Amino acid sequence: MNNQPVPPKLSIRNLYKIFGSNPKAMLPRIKAGLGKQELLVRHQHVLGLEDINVEINAGQITVIMGLSGSGKSTLIRHLNRLIEPTSGEILLDGEDITRLSHDALRRLRQTRMSMVFQKFALLPHRTVLENTALAPTIRGEPGPGVKENARRWLERVGLKGYEENYPHQLSGGMQQRVGIARALCSEAEIMLMDEAFSALDPIIRTDMQSLLLELQRELHKTIVFITHDLDEALRLADHLVVLKDGRIVQQGEPQSIILNPADEYIENFVRDINRARVLRIRSVMAPADAATGRDRIDAGATLEDALERANGAADHIFDVAEDGRVVGTLAMTELFKALVPRHARQREG
Amino acid sequence: MAGYSTLFEALGLTDWCASAKSGGPMSMAELLAKASGKSGETGVWDMPFPSLDVLHESCGAIPRSRDLTAGLETWFLNIKDPMKLVLDPVTQPLSWAIDGALTGIVAVPWWIVIPVFMVLVQLVARSARVTALVALSLLALSLIDHYVYAMQTLAIILVCAFICILIGIPVGIAMSRSDRLRAAILPLLDMMQTLPTFVYLIPLIFLFSVTESKLYGIAIIVYAVVPVIRLTDLGIRLVDKDVLEAADAFGMSKNQKLFGVQIPLALPNIMAGVNQTIMMSLSMVVIASLVSAPGLGALVLRGIAKLELGVGIVAGLGIVILAIILDRVTKAALVRVDRAAKH
Repeated sequence: MNNQPVPPKLSIRNLYKIFGSNPKAMLPRIKAGLGKQELLVRHQHVLGLEDINVEINAGQITVIMGLSGSGKSTLIRHLNRLIEPTSGEILLDGEDITRLSHDALRRLRQTRMSMVFQKFALLPHRTVLENTALAPTIRGEPGPGVKENARRWLERVGLKGYEENYPHQLSGGMQQRVGIARALCSEAEIMLMDEAFSALDPIIRTDMQSLLLELQRELHKTIVFITHDLDEALRLADHLVVLKDGRIVQQGEPQSIILNPADEYIENFVRDINRARVLRIRSVMAPADAATGRDRIDAGATLEDALERANGAADHIFDVAEDGRVVGTLAMTELFKALVPRHARQREG
Repeated sequence: MAGYSTLFEALGLTDWCASAKSGGPMSMAELLAKASGKSGETGVWDMPFPSLDVLHESCGAIPRSRDLTAGLETWFLNIKDPMKLVLDPVTQPLSWAIDGALTGIVAVPWWIVIPVFMVLVQLVARSARVTALVALSLLALSLIDHYVYAMQTLAIILVCAFICILIGIPVGIAMSRSDRLRAAILPLLDMMQTLPTFVYLIPLIFLFSVTESKLYGIAIIVYAVVPVIRLTDLGIRLVDKDVLEAADAFGMSKNQKLFGVQIPLALPNIMAGVNQTIMMSLSMVVIASLVSAPGLGALVLRGIAKLELGVGIVAGLGIVILAIILDRVTKAALVRVDRAAKH
């Protein structure tokens, strides 16, 4: 783990978004504590986002999760200013992109941020290859190199041989592979993914998640991923942000959110997940530094792995190892406790 | 005097009414009233609607309805000359284009014109069946000695439709970009489409001489330009918002979006507009024969004027044949564009 403070790639500060005829006038009222419902009923304005503060680290996948209407799609569109904020700052490497001129913004979109969409949004009249090469084409880069590069990315996402097809000839999953290849082909450091896998079948969705993780291990892009699916969020996230009604309810490392939900909303959210498969031993072990010669298990393994290794023995204790060094111990009793959601635990206690 | 005199008296406007009491020709109603000798008081039951004519009877200062039409006419006659000063040079190229096309198409021998048309049709429609249909139709029209008339009609339509497209597509694009412009132009388009076609001809006859071909050229263009404008606007507005958002997200400029995304994706709708524009030009070219447009329409007009039943009907059927081939060619082109754009 890296404990050095690295400045975040993107940081969202005090971001507000109000939809309506005169959002600027509504802002002071919201800051003074006017509720979303009152704003709608009394002033016919919709509160989209309220006081959002998120730091997005370079090379990580930041997942923004929320149900529909929570403002997650609005939020991601602020990052490349497809939607203009009502107030607040969005700093990219310290530079406020909300102040960029029209041309500077266009250059930013062409070179530093790419985007993948829920409904793929490929250009239907262009071939897969031309779609993939969209960003360099827009930048006006010259011919053969661009094509070669696009071909390479298509091969990387598993679409070799489909270059001359049109998007409608491809299945949904394949179209989204083109969407990803298009985003990668722009060579932008930041990738915005708006419910990128939500329109796909469950099995294909899992495939695509694996593809994304595999690409990410190699490319270390800064990815902002929007989803309404908790399992997807937990699988992908390095940093998880949970949105509700335009506000951040909780954010942090996914494991810690599961173990320490901030409120009832999060508790309800995480109640139905398979905790054994999601939680890692690192998150539930007791720290220790001396090996006791017991059964060793990797800190990154899931609780399910530990259950399997213990073979049903309830009094088993593991040494937890990370990078070959013992960092803690895990008693099966602790593991069992972690399997029960906090709310239920409190009820019994 | 009808019952409204008392009203003007009550309002104290008698002097104002009397001051302007000028003669002018009597209206037909006045004449009839005089002839029947009936005048004086009318009961509530017979109270006429207070139209301009009725009010004029009670108060001479109020204009009569016929002053409205007369006024319009005077107004138009007054602005006619300055308007002509501007419109004449601006529209002169239209005359040249139509005259050139008319002379050109007749001057070139038939054994060049028909194959050239077939090649063009093949290029546009890419369908052997449609090309064969066009060839057969043209040969059939030639066989009954309607070749020159048909070619004149075609020449007028092609020139006018081309100008319609030249005007219509940019206007449609501008409309699709500005809701305000759209709101301003839509009523105008509605009027252009619903105004009886003969009505266009009246002011044009005042403006230009009947021997000038731009006279009917303008009438055809004004009538036929509407669908291509409407459908260009519609087509661009219907382009998938998600695709446009993607174009924005990857930093396309306005022009890149217009030529790279919006127009290609709107092309099926634009082509449907072009098809309608051509069909409407054809319907107008028949009426335009009233103001000396040559071609099959002139034959129809002869059929009506001289009661030559056979001439009129054969020319009419010739127009149907032209309509069919124009429609089939543009539809085939539309299908081709559709296949390319609507993946």
